Amino acid sequence: MPNLSTLFRAGAFLVLVAFLLQPQWFEPLLRPLVQENAPVIYNQGSLLQLTLLHLRTVAVATAAASLVALALAILVTRSSGAEFLPLSRSLVNIGQTFPPVAVLALAVPIFGFGEKPTLIALFLYGLLPIFENALTGLTTLPPSVMEAARGAGMTGGQRLLKVELPLAMPVILAGIRLSVVISLATATIGSTVAAKTLGEVIIAGLQSNNLAFVVQGGLIVATLAVLLHDGLQAAERKLAARMGR
Amino acid sequence: MIEIENITKRYGETAVVDDVSLTIAPRTVTVVVGTSGSGKTTLLRMINRLVEPTAGTIRLDGEDNRSLPGYELRRRIGYAIQGHGLFPHRTVAQNIATVPTLLGWERSRIDAKVDELLQLFQLDPAAFGPRFPHELSGGQQQRVGVARALAAEPKVLLMDEPFGALDPIIRAKAQDDLLTIQKHFETTIILVTHDMEEAFQLADRIAVMDKGKVVQYATPAEMLIKPATPFVESLIGVSERPYRLLAIEQVSSAVEPGSADGAAISSALTQREALAELLWSGRSALPVADPAGAIIGKVSLEGLAKRAAGPA
Repeated sequence: MPNLSTLFRAGAFLVLVAFLLQPQWFEPLLRPLVQENAPVIYNQGSLLQLTLLHLRTVAVATAAASLVALALAILVTRSSGAEFLPLSRSLVNIGQTFPPVAVLALAVPIFGFGEKPTLIALFLYGLLPIFENALTGLTTLPPSVMEAARGAGMTGGQRLLKVELPLAMPVILAGIRLSVVISLATATIGSTVAAKTLGEVIIAGLQSNNLAFVVQGGLIVATLAVLLHDGLQAAERKLAARMGR
Repeated sequence: MIEIENITKRYGETAVVDDVSLTIAPRTVTVVVGTSGSGKTTLLRMINRLVEPTAGTIRLDGEDNRSLPGYELRRRIGYAIQGHGLFPHRTVAQNIATVPTLLGWERSRIDAKVDELLQLFQLDPAAFGPRFPHELSGGQQQRVGVARALAAEPKVLLMDEPFGALDPIIRAKAQDDLLTIQKHFETTIILVTHDMEEAFQLADRIAVMDKGKVVQYATPAEMLIKPATPFVESLIGVSERPYRLLAIEQVSSAVEPGSADGAAISSALTQREALAELLWSGRSALPVADPAGAIIGKVSLEGLAKRAAGPA
């Protein structure tokens, strides 16, 4: 029996899909936000296409950040890599404290306008939550379980793949979820350097003083963030529940 | 046969295990007792090389335990610990199958072994196999932990306070079950505990450890009659000695000729249980029945009192 919040999310998803496929249906709702004769629905490109490109940018950046952050976390939690922990922490922290806008400004002269500078900014910005969560997950495993894994004769690699990663997975997923939500919002600024994201809609709205554009761009991003956040959280809960937590 | 020779483990300057030598006969239960910090767990963990010794050798059936990589050695030796250490993300059946899977057994052989062990531990394979550890009671989890340790049919089973987290009633049952299973598989068991009661209940031989050294290695009866040091004496508990002495032997060896009134007790009980029955019923003698039910004589307060007396 689906509860109220599930129904609400399903509703939000349907409205989002409807808006992306048939935006003109929503014209009357947004009409009061614009001046006479101004376009109500974004008209310089397809909203659906921009949304898909936005999601692709976020997916690519988060996937890369997840791989690198997880690899780093695994490295520094092995006894042979423990000495790299402070170094890895500082690197990842720099990625988080350096503002994405500054990354864009620095990356454009090297990589030119387009998607690449955005991907780099999102990648750097997304590392920290995944790294810190993976680190927490891998260092707070129950000692008796780790002892049993060693005592059963598992090699280091077998312990990592069969015990440590599966047990840490809910916490690692939580880090990826945080990173996804941050990236979804941050990706909009990529449009300042000509990346194809939903930021285009918001920027166009700001430039032409069109509040309807700003609102539709913002709402699509916000709805995506909420739905992805909840979806990933449900996956974490399911994983954790299987382990009796 | 396990031969521990002059084994030492130092952390910095302190020797946690200090020049310990023990020979453990096959198919016996050896209990290592000591206070916390006595080095008993470290000694146990050096047998399967979870801890590498600083000096000395350990041989299993004549073979140095360093002749194999550590992980391969550990697949051959069962290991059960306090708080069971079951993998929470794996079902009971998958947990038990851990070592056979690592050894690359065939699927059908693994399934058969898992079913056999679950039945042996009085857990219905169809009901418990697919469950996750958190869906089991503490006693059931502990049984699964021991079943997992025995899955690859190891000749040697190491146990580190395996019953420490159980309540007294379930613990007594688990101890009985362990002895049954030990006889069934003819496993050599080395068990570490701080509970002297448990040691006397389970052990063929007891090793008492204090400050990294084995201060006495003897059968329970020898240890009661001739404690090597005041430490061993205090561990046994002076006021417990006569009862422990009676608890080691069965009624059958205390049977006297003659008859007595009242309900018969089984000759398979311990003499301590017979004494309790005598005291509680307020009589001076009870008839004894063999397992088949035939009366074979009597057991008397006076006879038991003589048996409970220490060496003069």
